[in-house]
Amino acid sequence: MTSRRKFLKSTAAGLIAGALPVSVVKLAFGSEARDISFAYISDSHIQQVKGSKFVRNWDRGLMKAVAEANLLDPNPDFVIFGGDLAQLGNKPELDHGAEILSALNVKPRMVMGEHDYYLDLGDYWSHLFGEKYYSFDVKGVHFVVLNSILTYDEWTFDRWESGERRMNEMAGLDNPNGSPFMVGEKQREWLANDLEKVSHDTPIVVFSHSPIQKIYKGWNFWTEDAEEVQALLAVFNKVNVMYGHVHQIQYNQIGNIAFNSVMATAWPWPYPNSYAQAKSHLPVMTVEMNRADPFNERDATGWQLVDVHSGRVDVNFNLYGNQNRTVSFNKEKNQPEDIKYSTHSKKPAQKHY
Amino acid sequence: MNTMIKVIFILAFAYPGFVQADDFKKSDLKRWREQFDEVADEGRRLFTSPDLGSNGVVCAQCHPNGANTHPETYPKFQKQLGRVAMMWEMVNWCILNPLEGKPLDADDPEMIAIHAYLAKERKGVQLDPGRH
Ligand code: HEC
Ligand SMILES: [Fe+2]
Ligand SMILES: [Fe+2]
Repeated sequence: MTSRRKFLKSTAAGLIAGALPVSVVKLAFGSEARDISFAYISDSHIQQVKGSKFVRNWDRGLMKAVAEANLLDPNPDFVIFGGDLAQLGNKPELDHGAEILSALNVKPRMVMGEHDYYLDLGDYWSHLFGEKYYSFDVKGVHFVVLNSILTYDEWTFDRWESGERRMNEMAGLDNPNGSPFMVGEKQREWLANDLEKVSHDTPIVVFSHSPIQKIYKGWNFWTEDAEEVQALLAVFNKVNVMYGHVHQIQYNQIGNIAFNSVMATAWPWPYPNSYAQAKSHLPVMTVEMNRADPFNERDATGWQLVDVHSGRVDVNFNLYGNQNRTVSFNKEKNQPEDIKYSTHSKKPAQKHY
Repeated sequence: MNTMIKVIFILAFAYPGFVQADDFKKSDLKRWREQFDEVADEGRRLFTSPDLGSNGVVCAQCHPNGANTHPETYPKFQKQLGRVAMMWEMVNWCILNPLEGKPLDADDPEMIAIHAYLAKERKGVQLDPGRH
């Protein structure tokens, strides 16, 4: 109950203590049996330039996250990689990304991103990492990994002359030739079956690449069958959905489901409401992250340490040059919130527009 | 003004060709719009083209629909440069760094095309020079 766990290896603590959020030195809440922490790394977009040369900037982002996650002491219960390991899903990129990840003390569990998938429909990724969707249990919490970046069959199988073309069309976030993401009927059936044996007071954490909610279709911050998936989760008392893909901090609550996004290690994205030609449906509870300084290439990129206690998640963002953030679940209000930013107004210079 | 000059003036303005030169037709408007759109489309092409850089990275990877480029705020004080700058200087910063490419001249047709595209995506937003 009172166990205060030492999280940083002492040798390294001095080195990077300033770079890690205070909350990384974690307090245990609730029953020990339900106390879990995991590192969440996402969206590294490893990009091949030519041969064995890769974009230095993205490589550095992933290497930094891996090196820092390795400093956690004791090791986290697990590490999750949130998808978009590669930029164009080819073997050199996936191999190079897997090699960087192989330096992790804890073998990561993997989520499929659209950039990993659309060249060969996930064949090589599966060869390296296994199942595209699955579930596992840790200390009484049921974790589910979904492959949420599927789309309509016609788009996937009939529209493009080659896998390269299909990958390129899906890789452009703002490309009007793209297609909305979805979990799909087959996987929803699997999910219904998987959840059948789980009691309704078991905490659920779902990892998907795209948000299982509809934020902005123009940039595919979107899952077409989000409502159907939410309906399957609605019967559980405590559900948390965590996603990558958006390269920015988002959080909100829909019914009993708390949503949290995680940051990319590669680059940050503007919020959809900064696109002047589009209507935005950005969740209102989100306090935006600070704007990135383009003169600091790691600014507003980073990784997360997530604590699960009493079945709810707290997300500690480690954002390098940017203001570190903690989004925690507020039990009274029954929603995730950023305590620091919800009580203090942000500096005007940091407004996204 | 003597009478002779006055007469020449009156004649000049009465000459139909002179009046027409200052008048534009629907076809002119159409042509000018098309010229602009063509250049803006070229800007969009460049914005999604690895040719601007050397590492395959493209502008749209970080700036979907040109978001976060704020053309309406220029010229403005750029704290990283320590002076008031024009947008083309920031375009060049991003070409040089994330794209590891070669900077363009301010009046290079490619630079003009990028400006046309970014301004078009930002159409309707109020001018706000100096805003950070
Ligand atoms: C690795 C990501 C990345 C890439 C690639 C990139 N930029 Fe940027 N750029 C940024 C960030 C981050 C900012 C700061 C945005 C802000 O002020 O909120 C920025 C700022 C800018 C600005 C100045 C905006 C302002 O208000 O200060 C312009 C103009 C710009 N970029 C144009 C481009 C162009 C043109 C390209 C392609 C040649 C490009 N960028 C490629 C990340 C990128
Ligand atoms: Fe991504
Ligand atoms: Fe993605």
